[in-house]
Amino acid sequence: MAGLDVYDPGDFFDELFAAAGRPRPAAAELVKRIQSLPLEELQRRQEAAQNMLFKMGVTFNVYSDNQGTERIFPFDVIPRFVPYSEWERLEKGLKQRIAALNCFIHDVYNDQKIIKDQVIKREVIESAPGFLKSCLGLQPPQGIWCHITGTDLVRNRDGNWYVLEDNLRCPSGVSYILENRRVMKNSFPRFFEALNILPVDDYASQLLEALLNLAPSNVADPCVVVLSPGIYNSAYFEHSFLAQQMGIELVEGSDLVVADGYLQMRTTKGLQRVDVIYRRIDDDFLDPQAFRADSMLGVAGLMEVYRQGRVAIANAPGTGVADDKMIYAYVPQMIKYYLGEEQMLPNVPTYLCEDPKQREYVLAHLDELVVKATNASGGYGMLIGAHATDEERAAFAEHIKGNPRNYIAQPTLSLSRVPTLIDGQFEGCHVDLRPFILYGKDIYVNPGGLTRVALRRGSLVVNSSQGGGSKDTWVVKEGTC
Amino acid sequence: MLSRVADSIYWLNRYVERAENVARFVEVNLHLLLDTPVADLHQQWSPLVTTTGDQTLFNERYGGDASAENVLKFLTFDSEYGNSILSCVSAARENARVVREAISSEMWEQVNDFYLWVKEAANIDLGGEQLYSFYPKVKTASHVFAGVMEATMAHNEGWNFGLLGRLLERADKTARILDVKYYILLPSVKDVGTPLDDLQWIALLKSASAYEMYRKRQRRVTPQGITKFLILDAEFPRSIQFCLLQAERSLHQITGTSLGRWCNSSERTLGRLRSELEYMTIEEVFETGLHEFLDQLQTRLNTVGENIYADFVAMPVAA
Repeated sequence: MAGLDVYDPGDFFDELFAAAGRPRPAAAELVKRIQSLPLEELQRRQEAAQNMLFKMGVTFNVYSDNQGTERIFPFDVIPRFVPYSEWERLEKGLKQRIAALNCFIHDVYNDQKIIKDQVIKREVIESAPGFLKSCLGLQPPQGIWCHITGTDLVRNRDGNWYVLEDNLRCPSGVSYILENRRVMKNSFPRFFEALNILPVDDYASQLLEALLNLAPSNVADPCVVVLSPGIYNSAYFEHSFLAQQMGIELVEGSDLVVADGYLQMRTTKGLQRVDVIYRRIDDDFLDPQAFRADSMLGVAGLMEVYRQGRVAIANAPGTGVADDKMIYAYVPQMIKYYLGEEQMLPNVPTYLCEDPKQREYVLAHLDELVVKATNASGGYGMLIGAHATDEERAAFAEHIKGNPRNYIAQPTLSLSRVPTLIDGQFEGCHVDLRPFILYGKDIYVNPGGLTRVALRRGSLVVNSSQGGGSKDTWVVKEGTC
Repeated sequence: MLSRVADSIYWLNRYVERAENVARFVEVNLHLLLDTPVADLHQQWSPLVTTTGDQTLFNERYGGDASAENVLKFLTFDSEYGNSILSCVSAARENARVVREAISSEMWEQVNDFYLWVKEAANIDLGGEQLYSFYPKVKTASHVFAGVMEATMAHNEGWNFGLLGRLLERADKTARILDVKYYILLPSVKDVGTPLDDLQWIALLKSASAYEMYRKRQRRVTPQGITKFLILDAEFPRSIQFCLLQAERSLHQITGTSLGRWCNSSERTLGRLRSELEYMTIEEVFETGLHEFLDQLQTRLNTVGENIYADFVAMPVAA
């Protein structure tokens, strides 16, 4: 079996190795410790860790999978390593980005200065599917719209970090961060003794504070709930986990009702008022009276109660406008416009298919670009030109011509890699990083984030629904403790 | 507490208890057979199906052939039969899954483990010796669950709903276990009082984990003594009277009504049943006829269950 001593990062940016046999200086201690364990022992701990996750029921559901609804998210024990100095930069960049995006959303639904000042065209905003006319004029508590964000970051071959996507609607994955860490502490207690790894455990407390921050000030003991679509949702485990960790109720639409002008839940002792909802269902489904009439997941009349300021919703309805991949391209301008600052964390260069010139370029270079639908997530509705067949590319070209507003294109990034245990040996696998950011009284970034890893050989797709797995992410302060 | 959550914790406990009791039924029969001269085996297994009340479904699925293997499969691993051990444990887990945030992680892990183990065990050979160790393990898993719940979950409203579910289920199943004996006895009245009959009664006690406790209490094994012990004893945790007493206590913890009063039909029907048993003699039970008595008891337990649903879960809401 091949250990780390013969591991070759090849022509990629590797998070642990500068070159074969040469660990990055900051990661040297970690690599040394991994190497001190025989490969069989690592393999054994890997299996034990997977078992533990399975027993804890840390599973997700796969849409349209008839094999039974639950699967464990594959887990790899080799951690992803982020030196603290680098993390500080990422943290600052993320805070800056969220602050600007929040200003943007508030502006779009209120004064629309950014349109009047001709930084972004009205059509661009109003054509975003996440833009909700019914949210115009809304003033959510404390002026906060995006309370919970899971920004996707990637690292290119040159070692530079880029923001790939802003997930501002109902980002999921944070439960895996917390559970992965629990498993890793069990599997490698000595590593935690020796390295100064930033803890992630205060996420639930921070989230609860951010939610309590939204409660009406005249309520002494506010009732906060997590609203889930139910057990068949792919992220159900997480909904339940977060409710448990915060000690609040997990409710489904059918548990809620609007009565006497307030949102209430059905309890064994009758109706009880709800003050703050952390919703994990999309805007469209929130209220059949305001949005999709066929929604069985939401609560009829919720939006009216919200408009009256009698319940707070996180994230605020309408936040999705900033989650559009075309709007994404304007984030650098937003940062400048609202904060008067230069963007610290760059975007991936993005071609807007709506613009005729850029579209022409995209169509001519389909084989080297990644094309994405502007309002889809989870790795659906996307084309990786270099890996696609001629037919697939031709079909996508037609989609683009048919509805240019719906597509953007980006150069194919060569995602950084981390050694990963596969079938008893180390392989370099591509990773991304999804840190979670909370906007409460202040902006808080949970140290690290969810590292998703593409376990299919050579694959660049890290989504859980498409064969990806995860790793624990260690933000490590220099110097042992 | 959310009505839906209360309902799920209640059913989580009912299903775990049900799985345990199905294991008890089967175990008592397996052991009886070991002590019985080789006779008509069908006659020995069909009473089990009868007492489940699901005879029609069994006939549909197995063409009415109550062979040992068919009955064991039906009661243990038949996923199409809602009250098989596998189905019960699976339903318990589904209920746990929707209330993971309301119960302790340890409870979830135990019930998840239980389910994964039974699912894995579904491949064992129903004619083989492994079978004999399977049923005791089901009982143990259920006991561990109850212990974990006792020790890790706050003794709050949800906990009381769970207890309520567990105890009502247990009362119902103790009644059914007694009923199995009644059916087995029927065809062979001539055996009453023979050493074989004694063995059967002892096996029955053992299936309710009641043998030793009974000995301490009554010493001599008699049908009357055993029936009295399993129905009317106020201290033995599997006796019907004990279950009703404790269930009532949990119910009143939930509502806050003091014992001896009632504020809804759940409290009224459960309190009435409990107090009737409290002042009943075993002679009266036999006057009614044991089978008839147990049958009525089960109907009234069902009514209590329906009332609990109506009072706490399906409340009408004026929107």
